[in-house]
Amino acid sequence: MTRDEALFEFLLRMGDNTLILGHRVSEWCGHSPVLEEDIALANTALDMIGQTQLWLGLAGEVEGKGRTADNLAFLRDAWDFRNVLMVELPNGDFGQTLMRQFLYDAWSFVMTDWLKGSADERIAAIAEKAHKEVTYHLERSGDTVIGLGDGTEESHRRMQAALDYLYPYCGEMFEKDKADELLAEAGIAPDPAELRAEYDDIVGRVLAEATLAIPGGDYVHKGGRNGRMHTEHLGHLLTSMQWLQRAYPGAAW
Amino acid sequence: MYAQMIKTASNGIKPREEMSEEERAFQDKIDNDIKIEPRDWMPEDYRRTLIRQIGQHAHSEVVGQLPEGNWITRAPTLERKAILLAKVQDEAGHGLYLYSAAETLGVSRDELIELLHEGKMKYSSIFNYPTLNWADIGAVGWLVDGAAIVNQVALQRTSYGPYSRAMIRICKEESFHARQGYDAIRAMAFGTPEQKRQAQDALNRLWFPALMMFGPSDAESTHSEQSMAWKIKVKSNDELRQQFVDQTIPQIEYLKLDLPDPNIKWNEERGHYDFSEPDWPEFFNVIKGNGPCNVDRMKDRVAAWDDGEWVRDGLLAHARKKAARKVAAE
Repeated sequence: MTRDEALFEFLLRMGDNTLILGHRVSEWCGHSPVLEEDIALANTALDMIGQTQLWLGLAGEVEGKGRTADNLAFLRDAWDFRNVLMVELPNGDFGQTLMRQFLYDAWSFVMTDWLKGSADERIAAIAEKAHKEVTYHLERSGDTVIGLGDGTEESHRRMQAALDYLYPYCGEMFEKDKADELLAEAGIAPDPAELRAEYDDIVGRVLAEATLAIPGGDYVHKGGRNGRMHTEHLGHLLTSMQWLQRAYPGAAW
Repeated sequence: MYAQMIKTASNGIKPREEMSEEERAFQDKIDNDIKIEPRDWMPEDYRRTLIRQIGQHAHSEVVGQLPEGNWITRAPTLERKAILLAKVQDEAGHGLYLYSAAETLGVSRDELIELLHEGKMKYSSIFNYPTLNWADIGAVGWLVDGAAIVNQVALQRTSYGPYSRAMIRICKEESFHARQGYDAIRAMAFGTPEQKRQAQDALNRLWFPALMMFGPSDAESTHSEQSMAWKIKVKSNDELRQQFVDQTIPQIEYLKLDLPDPNIKWNEERGHYDFSEPDWPEFFNVIKGNGPCNVDRMKDRVAAWDDGEWVRDGLLAHARKKAARKVAAE
């Protein structure tokens, strides 16, 4: 594996996470519990689609085969996607959506914070912009997790159920393979495992305030970030997301 | 626009000699283009009419998220998806802004939402039509927001201060939406034959519903007189509709799409385009709840509200606990 191949892999992982999660969040449009949440969710999705354009745009450039961000988003099949499994899971209720957002935002916060100092200036520039947005996303999703965890009996029960369901998917964000090793050696991207301590610290603080208990057991669901085995859900998501580009190939929109 | 067929809460205009001193002073202010502010005295009928109009407008912004949200997950490029997300977010923001304007008249947002869900308040008929192909999203921005702008530019001069200021702010964003919509449908009108077909289909389906947004013709519009005297309404339905048609026909011609109505023709004498009236029986059916999407739109909104109850309750309970802890600590 060359360094550019590793870089391409890494950029797909970054861009596919934001693309798929941005897509999921956008599914809430017009259906939120309160108008302020409709606005906030649309805003979050918008930021993530913006980040996708940057990550996948750079991925196409690094790959050097003339593929654009749109080509990568709309014309790859499920096995070529490199997002972690957690972001492709269906939204569930509002609590599950916000719990997933929080568990992802905390990782994204730590990750983009590191990447601001990447040896690759193009990555550092994207991370600089993304980190500002992610900081705000994390504040909001963290506050919501706290509010609902420490709210009513029902909201607490739902948030604990969401955490129990999602927590086993968190570990995948810290998995490491050959591509990660190559980029870590070059100072381009972090060794994912190194981000874990700070992540645990953020997540631990918020969940404690939310009066929620981190589930026991150390089983980790994985297979998304290396493309080995996605969930059944991704194919359905791509079916609607890619439909126009697939139905009318070559058209300009 | 989004406010149609607002029933004025009064029986015709009161002659000046029958007005009380307060009413006369109020009417004088309006006649002199002095804005009415929340703490000013106002006739109860003026207040009730405004609540209906602003409330309906706010509901329209909120329900309007649904037909556009219908295509967010299928937007064909990342850029189009981002633009659509930004637009829908703006619409929800308009809703928020308008509910706040209504609240200055002494009605809460929750009360207004309850009235909507009970079928006692309405939203614009246009959002009871479906969005069936991607060009509809362009057409909604171009025609629906375009029609809304024609109405709202007029409403910038409305007599109630908070509503007028809301319109000024909202118009800026709506103009951006209309331009984006036109850009999206332009890409299709000049695209492949299939895309052009979609653009034509969207125009044909949405043209008359867009014309209906201005409400029934002046001859049939029974509630307008008092609203005009109060400057809640500034121009008549037919005037606004004509203005919209006049500005839109050249845009259709630029796109090289077929005109959606065989009777559209420039009338030299009037200095305006002639055009066919929309199917008014259809309009009244949509208003009554028989439009293609009425039932589904309300089902979606009520479900969102009901499913979200535990979230609102949870966040409120937490806010109370937090406040109590703060008091206890002091």
